[in-house]
Amino acid sequence: MARFLARRLVLMLFTVIAISVISFFIIVLPPGDFVDRLVQEANQYGENFEPHEIEDLRRNYGLDRSAVEQYFVWVGNILFRGDFGYSFGWDLPVSDLIGQRLGLTSLLSVVTLLFIWIVAIPVGIYSAVRKYSLGDYVFTFLGFIGLAIPNFLLALVLLYISFRYFGQSVGGLFSPEYVNAPWSLGRIADLLSHLWIPVIVLGTAGTAEVIRKIRANLLDELHRPYVLTARAKGLDETHLLLKYPVRHSLNPFVSELNDLFVKIVSGETIVAVVLGLQTTGPLLLEALKEEDLYLASTLIMFLSFLAVLGTLFSDLLLMLLDPKIRRQAASQEMM
Amino acid sequence: MTQAAHLSHSQLVVRRFLRHRLGIFGAIMTFLIYFVAAFVEFLAPHTPGAYQARDVYAPPQDIRWMLESPDGRRFQPHVYGLRSTTDYNTGQRIFEEDLDRVIELGFFVRGEGYKFWGLVPSNLHFIGPKDPGERVYFFGADRLGRDVLSRTIYATRVSMTIGLVGVGLSVILGIAIGGVSGYFGGIVDLAIQRLIEFLQSLPSIPLWIGLAAAIPPTTPPIRTYFFITAILSIIGWTGLARVVRGRFMSLKDEDFIKSARLDGNRPVRIIRRHMVPNFLSHIIAVVTLAIPGMIIAETSLSFLGIGLRPPVVSWGVLLQEAQNLRSIATAPWLFLPGAAVVVAVLSLNFLGDGLRDAADPYAN
Repeated sequence: MARFLARRLVLMLFTVIAISVISFFIIVLPPGDFVDRLVQEANQYGENFEPHEIEDLRRNYGLDRSAVEQYFVWVGNILFRGDFGYSFGWDLPVSDLIGQRLGLTSLLSVVTLLFIWIVAIPVGIYSAVRKYSLGDYVFTFLGFIGLAIPNFLLALVLLYISFRYFGQSVGGLFSPEYVNAPWSLGRIADLLSHLWIPVIVLGTAGTAEVIRKIRANLLDELHRPYVLTARAKGLDETHLLLKYPVRHSLNPFVSELNDLFVKIVSGETIVAVVLGLQTTGPLLLEALKEEDLYLASTLIMFLSFLAVLGTLFSDLLLMLLDPKIRRQAASQEMM
Repeated sequence: MTQAAHLSHSQLVVRRFLRHRLGIFGAIMTFLIYFVAAFVEFLAPHTPGAYQARDVYAPPQDIRWMLESPDGRRFQPHVYGLRSTTDYNTGQRIFEEDLDRVIELGFFVRGEGYKFWGLVPSNLHFIGPKDPGERVYFFGADRLGRDVLSRTIYATRVSMTIGLVGVGLSVILGIAIGGVSGYFGGIVDLAIQRLIEFLQSLPSIPLWIGLAAAIPPTTPPIRTYFFITAILSIIGWTGLARVVRGRFMSLKDEDFIKSARLDGNRPVRIIRRHMVPNFLSHIIAVVTLAIPGMIIAETSLSFLGIGLRPPVVSWGVLLQEAQNLRSIATAPWLFLPGAAVVVAVLSLNFLGDGLRDAADPYAN
């Protein structure tokens, strides 16, 4: 078990390196950089830069070096000084900008995942046990709709409904008085009262998917002989259901947990833009539009880290849940 | 069972599909949507760019079927013209039906000129006002007084084909890479599988945004269109490659493949002649289920302003109009292109589900 974990961690190290490369080059390689953008903007105001001024600007921002060199400087600073670079657009160190937002993104993603579990598992079980009942049809229908509505559209519709019928704007994660306030009990309560809308928006598609999967898995299990045996020995239905078939049907779901989590982290970007959340999404979009190199790279890198952590977590969870996989991991160690 | 034994594989697949009612429904809807995409110029009452300042944010007009006239009631679809007044307290314009102004509607009417598929000039419209000078808004008008219905219809072509082209690219990549991985196995397979796992563990939307934001705003629309499809398939191929590899792995050791190999066929021929036909139905099902994802991705990118840009009309570009609360509060009908997205995605999902069940006609 410990060796399996160690192997996973080594693999993760390589993943992290690959992520840092991709996050950086995805921004650097396409033509155009922050200085181009500055020059373009200046041109619009009728100002023109001399070629040597442009050169100077590039040197100031460190953009005159080759992409590979820039990458190693960036990574070196992260590793040795914990310095993620400087945001050109904000004139602030990147770490000052992203700290809290990254925390909120993680919080939102994890809460959404929990929401999906809490809703989808019982509903999935219900739909399987009461197959073709009215409730099953209703949930199936809602599930299809949930899968088909793009997140941003659902966010817009909720914004509209709450504005139209409740007369309030539900955007953001905080009420105005708490946006820049230090953390306090009041602020936490305020956050929680705003959190549910983005959680629903982000979680709907995932919930629909998980319900479908659990229902299908459970339907496969319900007619197995071991269920019959358990019933024959007089176990009451609820116990029987939860103890055997449900546990079985959860396995495939847990193994796809990482997919789900990656999708949540990924979708959060767009939902945050629409709902005006103080998370990484709007910051990332802005940074990309402005060619704000270090800010954009760091954000993409951390979002990918978050997703990879989710993957690791789901693998561990699967091992806890499923003895077969534990044994498989152990036999891999032998090899 | 005795009867089924006489049927060929493809007959079994078709038979199984025909039993899937939602799948049939999805197939019909999908066909209709692509039909609309093919004939947008003819089906839309107006051209997408035509505007009328008087009709900014005009609400959808109701179609009335029977017309009262001095010589009795007769069947004549029509709408009433709109009259607007400004509410001086709120500054909002309020539209009312002008019951004196009847705009008669007709089928196959002459209206604004267009070039069908950019080639054949015409001015024939399936439905529209009989008087070419009038404008009708079945889905309301947007902030420039353009007809939302016509724009939604035109957007169908862009949004639905971007799904197809993007998936087409993914299929080529997925079959090539997945096929190589599954056929050769060993170290090649291991490397490709690690790459796929890695790509799948990355959050796709931030990467898409990162790549799409690099497309300069001055890029001509057609190039942007291809860039966007390319970006979508850079990540989209992984899922397909996995499916292809899985099928390859299971087919590789079948007897008929072994004998083909022993007959001295080259790998390319074995793959093309013997393996691909065997998992074609699976591929088609997976591809159909991949299109909705592409459509949603394009719509989302365009909505954020980094995908397709005006003057191109796609559903995402249209939904950009609905981006802020103020415009959707004044004109909720700007959501209607979103309904088109939902219908398209649902139809393709139903169709894909049906195909997936049919792809394996031997399962119970």
